[in-house]
Formats: sequence, structure tokens, C-alpha cells
Amino acid sequence: MYGALWRVLPGPVWARILILLVALALLLFVLSTWIFPLVDGMLTPSQPVTVDQ
Amino acid sequence: MARTVIGIAGEVLITAGVLVFLFLGWQLWIQGIALNNAQTSEASGLSQSWSASTTGPTAPDQASTPSPTSGPAAGTVSAPVVMAAPAETDQFAVLYVPRFGADYKRTITQGVDAKTVLNAGGAGHYEQSQMPGDMGNFAIAAHRDGWGSPFIKINELQVGDPIYVETQDGWYTYRFRDLEYVAPDGVDVLSAVPQAPDAAPTDRLITLTSCNPLYIASERIIAYGVLESFTPRSAGAPAAIAGISGTGA
Repeated sequence: MYGALWRVLPGPVWARILILLVALALLLFVLSTWIFPLVDGMLTPSQPVTVDQ
Repeated sequence: MARTVIGIAGEVLITAGVLVFLFLGWQLWIQGIALNNAQTSEASGLSQSWSASTTGPTAPDQASTPSPTSGPAAGTVSAPVVMAAPAETDQFAVLYVPRFGADYKRTITQGVDAKTVLNAGGAGHYEQSQMPGDMGNFAIAAHRDGWGSPFIKINELQVGDPIYVETQDGWYTYRFRDLEYVAPDGVDVLSAVPQAPDAAPTDRLITLTSCNPLYIASERIIAYGVLESFTPRSAGAPAAIAGISGTGA
């Protein structure tokens, strides 16, 4: 998977690394801004803090 | 062929594992930073809106009675004003605990539902308990770890530490009294007289509840405070929090 990704990327090694770094940064941004809050909202709180019956 | 398939499957699994760790790291740190920033600005907004809305009525009052011998400015201790219970999910108060941080402030919302109230990173008010300043028990809950970790330092409270609650009417100064550890179903800590549900209240208490131990929720940690004084809004914020209450700070 990652080997194929590396072969598909164009340009010299430094350009491929640059592309991957930008893609990684973009991925982290998308995850922390939209995906993780969504997942957090779907999970029931694993740590209830209230006292109740 | 089989090697390729297994290789791809392995990479997918490793990626999934990394994503789970990323989520946990995000939940513990990044989300907390975002929620705390949001809490600070929401709390500041509430405080400012209350100050702004009372500037009108108090300004002519001060102008007509400039003498310091009259009015609430003479002393900060006066009979506590008790507001009516707000609608569920209404933000009606701001909590200040200097022991939790010099600029610590969190909103207090009516209700203790996790998804609609507590996961926003502030505190929630048990609706069956009394309002701030009232005879009895003002009981609130907040997360110990995760979702901003608003009560992560609850076990570090020292006897006599101030706990301030600001509402539209002014500031309630409570003093921390003691900690108690109870089972998750120990609802009697919310009684007007904690652990004595049938007794008639004689004290004005605040009760903070959270989970214990850290990162585990097998018990509840309870912190009690006793009302020391009420400071009406016209007298200004108590000195210890004057820099962070009612201002944009």
C-alpha cells in the first residue's frame, strides 16, 4: 500500500517527501477538525462523572 | 499474491492502530485545549453580559447616593440573592477556582447530561439540588479527565480554598471544607444536607462531583464547600478574581 503510493508519486525523492508531508499535515487537520469530534460525539462517555441511581 | 494481500492487510491494520492512538492523543490534549479556550471565552462572555446589563440600573443608583455610608459597597457580605432555577441546558453561572489555575473559569449549565452539557468542558448543575447561595446544597458535576478535564485538580483542594460562583446577581464565595469518596450511586451527596436526605438544611453548601480515580470511573470524588459571603454585582468582583471576572481577560 505505502510502497505503491511511493512509486505512484512523481518527481525526485525530496519532492515525494514534501508531497507526503503536506498530505500528512492535511490528514491530521481533517482528522482533528471533523473526524475525531464526530467519533467523540458517537461514543458514549466512557467516564461517567455524575452520581446517579 | 498471498504475500501482497497479507502485506496490504498488515499495513491497513497498522494504519488503523496509529489512527486510534491519534484519536486518544487528540481526545486527551488537543480537544482539551480547544474546549478550554471555548470555555474561557464563553465564561468571559457570560460575565461581561451580566456586568453590561446591570450597568444601567446601578449607575444612577451610585450617582444618587455617592455617600459611602449607604449601599452595598460598604461591605461585601450581604444576604445572598438566590436566582430562580433556569431552563435545562441554560448557562447560568461561572465557576472560578484559583487552586485549579490563576485564570481558571468554567461555565455552569443547568443539567448534568454528558452529551448536551458536560462534554462541552464546563460544569453541570444537578437540577434536583439548590441554586447558588440557597440554604441547602448547590451541587455540580464536571469531567475529571478528558473533555477539557475541568475538575482534574479536584483532589488538590486545600481546606479554606475559595470557590467562587458568579451569577447575574453577583459572586458567591464558598470555602472548601472536605473531600469524600463515594460509590457511583451515592446520590445522597446531593441532598440539602449531604448524606442525610431527611435532615433540614442549616448550611449553604456547594458540592463538586467528579470521577475517581483518574482515568478510571469506579468511584466518585466529592468536594464540599461552605458559603462564606455573597458579593452583589454592584460591589464588584471579589479581589482575588477581579482580574478575570467581568472583564475580557
